[in-house]
Amino acid sequence: METATWRVKAGLAQMLKGGVIMDVVTPEHAKIAEEAGACAVMALERVPADIRAAGGVARMADPARIVSIMETVTIPVMAKCRIGHFVEAQVLEAIGVDYIDESEVLTPADESHHIWKHTFKVPFVCGCRDLGEALRRVAEGAAMIRTKGEAGTGNIVEAVRHMRAVMDEIRKVQGMPEEELVAEAKALGAPLELVQQVKELGRLPVVNFAAGGVATPADAALMMQLGADGVFVGSGIFKSSDPEARARAVVQATTHYNNPAAIAEASKGLGEPMPGLDVRSLKPQELLATRGW
Amino acid sequence: MTKVGVLALQGDFAEHLLVLRRMGVSTSEVRLPADLVQVDGLIIPGGESTTISRLVDVYELRSPLVQRAREGMPLFGTCAGLVMLAREVVKDNSVVPLGLVDIQVQRNAFGRQTDSFEADLPVPAIGPEPFPAVFIRAPIVCQVGERVETMAALEDGRVVAVRQGSFLATAFHPELTQDTRLHRYFVEMVKAFGRGS
Repeated sequence: METATWRVKAGLAQMLKGGVIMDVVTPEHAKIAEEAGACAVMALERVPADIRAAGGVARMADPARIVSIMETVTIPVMAKCRIGHFVEAQVLEAIGVDYIDESEVLTPADESHHIWKHTFKVPFVCGCRDLGEALRRVAEGAAMIRTKGEAGTGNIVEAVRHMRAVMDEIRKVQGMPEEELVAEAKALGAPLELVQQVKELGRLPVVNFAAGGVATPADAALMMQLGADGVFVGSGIFKSSDPEARARAVVQATTHYNNPAAIAEASKGLGEPMPGLDVRSLKPQELLATRGW
Repeated sequence: MTKVGVLALQGDFAEHLLVLRRMGVSTSEVRLPADLVQVDGLIIPGGESTTISRLVDVYELRSPLVQRAREGMPLFGTCAGLVMLAREVVKDNSVVPLGLVDIQVQRNAFGRQTDSFEADLPVPAIGPEPFPAVFIRAPIVCQVGERVETMAALEDGRVVAVRQGSFLATAFHPELTQDTRLHRYFVEMVKAFGRGS
């Protein structure tokens, strides 16, 4: 009997596929998410829209808050640590979270290095903007990838940009003869063996979710049709006028992402979505996606 | 030609479809009651049983699914699929199982994700070689009814694979391995059903 194998770490992400992972800040939120059909929750001190509004340094959530959420729901509970902050990750592993998100939504602790994730028993998910970034994170031990998007904006444009970048580069690699992969690996800044795996599989070697800006059922279905394996919804649920209804609707639209009639049905009468932000109005230092490399 | 459906509401249904297609089996994804009509057998994949349970009801799949099963259509549940097939889930009201297999199951019986594990598991019905079993936040079978055959148990005796007539269920994930013996075993069940035996 062997625990914490790569197959077990990457395997949990495979079980989350086709599902919606929702940001929650209280046990009550977590219960609403579970009852709506979320396949996991992300336990946070604040949702990204509030982190953005509050400014200052955003850190790992209070372990007591995370534990109270773990005690409330039976679905997997994820939590975020700062990029490079391996002690926050050790703390999250010690309290028994099911997945760690080494996240650009929190203020980075290290501007040069991400966490070496292979040495942890708990699996990690990391954000990316393109294939090279995704494969660098996998090389460090990430067992799941998500797009960065631009968290806390309710604006899907950056998630679309990042998903298209990843999928376009995968298609390009797939069409390349073997001898061109070495130069491509150099250009991507990614290990050759992972680039070879992408060519062979025609996809990332781990599960790839969409994140950062999902606010509506149609946003979720859009990301699924672009090739996402599932969807994270951050501020989009609990910053809307009717979180229960919206949570259920996003879950349904993610399952039936190829069925416009079902997406239409799910989208009816949900009230106001979260207020959105035009990403072009943000100053460079306000962009979260540029954190990490 | 025999067609095996995979319930594609949430979870690792794509992994099951890939195993079946590599075996040359005709497949289809089942999301709506209309999809169910076209299949001769159905796999309920791994995933989150709370999510699958909810989505089964949203598009009214529950009663046609139970009806097809009672008419003899073979079902194979892995992990969350095992939970869905059970008669009862212990101390947990967040999942409403289909109640087809006379077993009582406990969700997340081994603990949290860091307790997930791999083990070589004897499954005599499919051959002498142990099966490379992957347990992820896995359930166990804590009570087995009279008509239920135990197909595999861990060294400590806990039951992790069962068969009751046309229903097969495992607490682990054969779809995450290269070993296709359990899928082949199920496809044979589906073919036998197609021949009317």
